Amino acid sequence: MAESTANGASPHTDGAEEPTRRDFIYIATGAVAAVGVGAAVWPFIDQMNPAADTRALSTTDVDLAQIQEGMQIVTIWQGKPVFVRHRTPAEIAAAQRDDYANLKDPATDASRLVQSNGQAGRATFIVLQAACTHLGCIPTFAEGDFNGWMCACHGSQYDTSGRIRRGPAPLNLAIAPYVYTGETAIRIG
Amino acid sequence: MAGPSTYQPQSGFTRWLDSRLPILRLMHDSFVAYPTPRNLNYWWTFGAILSFCLVVQIVTGIVLAMHYVPSIDSAFASLQRIRRDVPWGWLIQPIHAVGASMFFLAVYIHMFRGLYYGSYKAPREVLWILGCVIYLLMVATGFLGYSLPWGQMSFWAATVITNLIGAIPWIGESVRDWLMGGFSIGDPTLNRFFSLHYLLPFVIAGVVVLHVWALHVTGQNNPAGVEVKTKDDTVPFTPHATMKDLFATVLFIILFAVFVFYLPDVLGHPDNYIPANPLVTPQHIVPEWYLLPFYAILRAIDFNVGFIDSKLGGVILMFASIAILFVLPWLDTSRVRSMRYRPIARQFFFIFVLVCIALGWCGGQTPALSLYTAGPFRAELQWVEGGTRTQQIVRAASEEGAVDAFAAIEDQLTEGGAQLVRIARSSPTEATLTAISGGQMRNAVVEAANLDALEARIADQRETLGAAGVPFARITRTLPFEFTVTRFSQVLTAYYFLFFLVILPLLGLRETPGRVPESISKSIRGAA
Repeated sequence: MAESTANGASPHTDGAEEPTRRDFIYIATGAVAAVGVGAAVWPFIDQMNPAADTRALSTTDVDLAQIQEGMQIVTIWQGKPVFVRHRTPAEIAAAQRDDYANLKDPATDASRLVQSNGQAGRATFIVLQAACTHLGCIPTFAEGDFNGWMCACHGSQYDTSGRIRRGPAPLNLAIAPYVYTGETAIRIG
Repeated sequence: MAGPSTYQPQSGFTRWLDSRLPILRLMHDSFVAYPTPRNLNYWWTFGAILSFCLVVQIVTGIVLAMHYVPSIDSAFASLQRIRRDVPWGWLIQPIHAVGASMFFLAVYIHMFRGLYYGSYKAPREVLWILGCVIYLLMVATGFLGYSLPWGQMSFWAATVITNLIGAIPWIGESVRDWLMGGFSIGDPTLNRFFSLHYLLPFVIAGVVVLHVWALHVTGQNNPAGVEVKTKDDTVPFTPHATMKDLFATVLFIILFAVFVFYLPDVLGHPDNYIPANPLVTPQHIVPEWYLLPFYAILRAIDFNVGFIDSKLGGVILMFASIAILFVLPWLDTSRVRSMRYRPIARQFFFIFVLVCIALGWCGGQTPALSLYTAGPFRAELQWVEGGTRTQQIVRAASEEGAVDAFAAIEDQLTEGGAQLVRIARSSPTEATLTAISGGQMRNAVVEAANLDALEARIADQRETLGAAGVPFARITRTLPFEFTVTRFSQVLTAYYFLFFLVILPLLGLRETPGRVPESISKSIRGAA
């Protein structure tokens, strides 16, 4: 631009590479149009995200008194199943003993019992999201070589702390956020 | 290819229309006068058969949508209502369900035909890619449709597939929630799947138009793979191809009818007659038969590669197995189209077909199923008989040094004459130490045919040793090599990719093609 002005040539009649006002207007118009199209398309994409009623955090209360030692219940939280397991002393011992075993996703048993408010949980009750971390199947109870859970879909095996021990799943069963609301009651969520 | 139009309007009306919208001319040039190679065989009739399948699916689908209710409470029941109460529902619903399988059967034959005769090679790359797009859309439509009956397999297939998306790093989880419209498969998911399942067939129809357009620009390939040169190499589409395609379609309809009337459910899974239950996973989730090979590739990856974990690895390979088809025209370096004249590539091709079928078989099996076990499962047990037993708790100064510290204590006791020392770590710095001194070291070997039986034998042995609670000093398990379905899938998956990435590129450069028969290379008419 500076060169052509120095030569005294008009920018309109100069070489094709010289940007002109018209070029600028084209680019500016194109940019505005792109933003406009993006803004118009976005609502049609975003509408597929979880709706407000789905997103609204729901909580689930569980009465622990109904769960006998060695039993588990499957409850629903946010449409997803959650295991609440009352572990036997043998299961707790096995879980703690393996804290230092060769783990794919290392975690101590105690760290998997922590409540969502940061306080320590109780070794007797473990609250886990029931979806296998491989592809989301529901593992079955007290099966597999580690007496925890086993996912029949692709053969992942979890121990009594819900830690992945064998199979294709990459991570431990996720902990469901929960707090004790009484001596024998928890609230998930 | 088509050359100048030969359409001659016959009546006043068609002349009037032809100068305003030459649609009759287009139809005439595309499906009447269009020159097709003389030497096409019956493998070339599947294009027409596939068009028939698409029409059947769209017509039956529109009818079903008039009666189906896309709600998690009503979907399963509405399908049963269609089959029992809706007039002709018993016929139309199975046609749609079986039709999906027939569609895929035909498309696989069509694709293998394209592979064998090199129909993807220049100048037909765009034609081939459009075909791959159609196939990808078919897979998506089939998957969406399979979730609509809202049976157990519907629900869990949808769960597994949407979770595949979750494997993508960083954005996966958000995209998954976006697809599901919630945190789990539910009403919003079912509604949008229904909406998209209704939409996609029309998108397919649109791409089919492009596919046929591209076909009519380049002209059809033929079994010899040698381009048609003169008009003498071709015949008009009508009546020759029209009648041949119709005849093949009739044969195909007979097969179709056998399934619709005699085996309407044989291609589906019985579990899909159990209403969807988010709390119970079926013992064995499988997709429809036509997706089993990809499912086998997905499950074949049971190991991590660097930062790619096994789950993401499986997902990548599964998508790569379809993506690789898109670039096939540039992977195959051979200038000979038809495998009729590629004696070596031909053999690799037939192995490839068998590999695809075997992958399908693997996809339907339990991954851990052992196909071959080399020798028995063996365990060597060692224990101490008699002796005195002491137990103590030991502590290490720090967590980092704990392992070494405990090992040092173990060595010390062993040197002091202890027959058996066992350390069970109970916290970062604490361990329970059991030692037995004196007594007699004993050995035993147990064998069994599988791991469960071996563990049972070990437990038996423990029981016969008595309730003294003496632990085994050592259990050495020797597991034989097991050739499982997963291993088999790995071998097959490797061949699948090697075929495209190594065999076709290298073979094209090295293979000596077979001789083209003189009937093709020389004009038998003497003219030319």
